[in-house]
Amino acid sequence: MFESSMLFSLRLSLQVAVVATSFIIIVGITVAYFLARRNFKGKEFLDMLFTLPLVLPPTVTGYYLIILFGRNGFIGKQIYACTGWSIMFTWYAAVLASFVVALPLMIKTTRAAIETVDKSLIHASYTLGHSEFETTLRVILPLAKKGIMAGVVLSFARALGEFGATLMLAGNIPGKTDTMPLAIYSLAGSGEWSQANGMVILLTLMSGIFLYLANRYSKRII
Amino acid sequence: MGLSVKLKKKVNGFRLDVAWEIGNELAVLFGFSGAGKSITLQMIAGLLTPDDGFIRIDDTTMFDSSKRINVPSQKRHLGYVFQDLALFPHMTALNNILYGSNGLCKSEKRNRAGNMIDAFHLEGLEEKYPAELSGGQKQRVAFARALMRKPDILLLDEPFSALDNPLRIEMRQFLRDIKNRFDVPIVFVTHDITEAYSLANNLIVYSKGNVIQTGTPKDVCDNPLNSEVEMLINTKEPLHINP
Repeated sequence: MFESSMLFSLRLSLQVAVVATSFIIIVGITVAYFLARRNFKGKEFLDMLFTLPLVLPPTVTGYYLIILFGRNGFIGKQIYACTGWSIMFTWYAAVLASFVVALPLMIKTTRAAIETVDKSLIHASYTLGHSEFETTLRVILPLAKKGIMAGVVLSFARALGEFGATLMLAGNIPGKTDTMPLAIYSLAGSGEWSQANGMVILLTLMSGIFLYLANRYSKRII
Repeated sequence: MGLSVKLKKKVNGFRLDVAWEIGNELAVLFGFSGAGKSITLQMIAGLLTPDDGFIRIDDTTMFDSSKRINVPSQKRHLGYVFQDLALFPHMTALNNILYGSNGLCKSEKRNRAGNMIDAFHLEGLEEKYPAELSGGQKQRVAFARALMRKPDILLLDEPFSALDNPLRIEMRQFLRDIKNRFDVPIVFVTHDITEAYSLANNLIVYSKGNVIQTGTPKDVCDNPLNSEVEMLINTKEPLHINP
């Protein structure tokens, strides 16, 4: 029993973190690109909005997400009306919570990395006939790779450890939405220290090893 | 073949207001730093938009404020060599050169890159990254890349400024060879009068955002229009007169 519930939480945590990070990579790079390379009205406001989850208590972020995506939420109501389905208390909710909370780390590091790419390289690419999109793929992103990798690693680690917003949005349903941080919370609450110890050590080791490997990898780039 | 421009631009309190035209020749924009030479090149290349005026390359309008024409940089079909050369640090010399062949088929790309490597004596350096090349080698890669698409005009923004003197002088002959071999109009920006004098077919003298005299180097030196031109051309002596 100990084995299987622990394995479930481990698998769920990884699944949530991988899916959330995939979305973070796509959305994070796109948003960071526009923040770094374009000037438009409200740019810094948008940056602030995306950064807020980094400083807000995760419970507050979770609260906003409930207001938006809950069954009676602004967006959630429409989804429920159309499909009869709600994201609340499913593992998708854990993905959404991890996504929103970890996204700022990706945007911040990627924006900084894109901004440090030498302007004359971008201009050179334009004068050589390459479109903005092609220039992004072949010049800007490869040169910003180190910062982007750092962003991916940090977001993944953050998504793996997400607790507060996940608790608000996905609940803590054993065998359904109890990711490792949530399972540890339950175990500690009911005084099952030996099992909690196992998970705490596992989560610490995983995060540590992952950061170490990613650091080594990102040093080899360029 | 040629280029004619009329440009007005205000940037951070600096005002540029120039008009000039050149044929199929090597024109030098000469003047002190901050006279507006580099931003003129950037506007010709479409990297900066003028407030007013026009840019025509070979009678094709690239920019015209009154007709609201503004051809994007990518479609102006020009070669640009930047002051810092702007070689892509993550690409080998060969890939830098190949990057300049956008729009060609694969075999044509390889073929032309091969010709460029011959023409610029880059054999054996194809797989080297810019960080592994000497100053002169980087220079040649940058020119090869800029000329890959057979541009209608070549814009050079002080490309030799990072080289030491003997190599700089060698590069002048190199530039004359390029002019002859590729038969392309060249606009060369420099603040070095010796370089300007020895290279130019047509000397365009800039000062504080205006053109204060144009003509052959000999004309300008023999008959400076005013004391400012005189002061500018006498900043370095003696002049090496190119036969």
